[in-house]
Amino acid sequence: EIQWGEDGRPFHFLFYTGKQSYYSLMHETYEKLLNAQKYQDQLIAQDLPPQKNKRNLAGSRWLTKIELEEMLLEKLTDNDYSRFILLLEKLMTLPCGDMEEKYVQKFSKEVPVQLQKVVIEPLKYDERGVAFSTAEGGRKTARATAVVYDNGTGKITVNGIDILHYFPVLQDREQLLFPFQFLDRVGKHDMVCTVSGGGRSAQAGAIRLASAKALRSFVTEKEVEFMRQAGLLTPDPRVKERKKPGQEGARRKFTWKKR
Amino acid sequence: DDKLLTEPLSHPDFFNVKELFSLKDLFDARVHLGHKKGCRHRFMEPYIFGCRLDQDIIDLDQTMQHLQLALNFTAHVAYRKGIILFISRKRQFCHLIETMARECGEYAHTRYWQGGLLTNAHIQFGSGVRLPDLIVFLSSLNNVFESHVAIRDAAKMNIPTVGVVDTNCNPCLITYPIPGNDDSPSAMELYCKLFRMTIIRAKDKRRQSEVFDELR
Repeated sequence: EIQWGEDGRPFHFLFYTGKQSYYSLMHETYEKLLNAQKYQDQLIAQDLPPQKNKRNLAGSRWLTKIELEEMLLEKLTDNDYSRFILLLEKLMTLPCGDMEEKYVQKFSKEVPVQLQKVVIEPLKYDERGVAFSTAEGGRKTARATAVVYDNGTGKITVNGIDILHYFPVLQDREQLLFPFQFLDRVGKHDMVCTVSGGGRSAQAGAIRLASAKALRSFVTEKEVEFMRQAGLLTPDPRVKERKKPGQEGARRKFTWKKR
Repeated sequence: DDKLLTEPLSHPDFFNVKELFSLKDLFDARVHLGHKKGCRHRFMEPYIFGCRLDQDIIDLDQTMQHLQLALNFTAHVAYRKGIILFISRKRQFCHLIETMARECGEYAHTRYWQGGLLTNAHIQFGSGVRLPDLIVFLSSLNNVFESHVAIRDAAKMNIPTVGVVDTNCNPCLITYPIPGNDDSPSAMELYCKLFRMTIIRAKDKRRQSEVFDELR
């Protein structure tokens, strides 16, 4: 595209810089900055209180370098881009009028605020009028679903089998009882769970997570926060690490021989 | 048409640039203040009036003569519809110079100078580019206190240069040097005002002469 007229004179006054649109943008932004500074000086001269800008800091982001390149139809370097963003940030700190606000909004985009607040489900009531809640949990390859009933005696059934028979080891039974012990509700709830996959310890961990999640509906928000800080509500992300070629296991190397 | 172009050349001061400034104006704008004695460039010694408390003072009589020649030359270039490019690498005055160039209808370059802008213009811009006919340096040093590359490039491409040279600058390759201060805001505003007025005056005169020609 030709950027000069018939007599040879270029159209844009910054043509000889090479990056005319980028530098004209910097020129305009700097002009807005100077106007804002003059405005601030006027306010100070009139002894008015300094205005504080109400801009939602969380909901907006600046244009990326690629988007700016598309806007200007010119290539930019990283240095140029960062300088422009710094200028905009500096402009933001000063009290501006409406014109400058509209100008700055051209270069900012809204970010949808991702509110992923965990919703605590309300209690459900079965035919006998007893409150219960259901939840799921997992650990390694084991997946469990737990149904916690109110007004109980502390009986826990896993896959139709009592826990004493299903988990002969004391450690697994302790894991199951941990959420109830933490909330001081050891003998007050009944639990019926189903679990599949994984090994002995993984199934115990899965049922523990499921029961803790189920108990959230019975308990105040403060206690939910305590449970979360105790680590009862966080699924354990550890899984079996893959074996790599050239090694005997995931980490163990073959025996090193000097000769 | 020929008469339009040759008539201004017969007068020594066709555009009457002498009335735009006086010695008092230069003094009030602090144009005579130079840098310290240690920063002095060897080739600037003829232009320096003296040294007071280690600070160099530029001879304003010589500045007046050089300024008159330089403004006369820019006026002639603007009268013949030449392209004028203002260059300065001083960050404080970048905005001022760009606004001044925009108001005159001429061009400015107050940013980082890419290597082949003048010497490699056909590849950087396109094949039919017209290079500037005059380059005006409002500060002939770059940010590292060395001579601006454009001075050398303009000399290579046979483009005449006008430049404000301070006591630490090299006035060698500049065709119309103007010894004067390039650091004070008042001095820079004065230069901008003078250049703007000369260019606008020259362009108006050109338009008037063309109108007179058409009427005849």
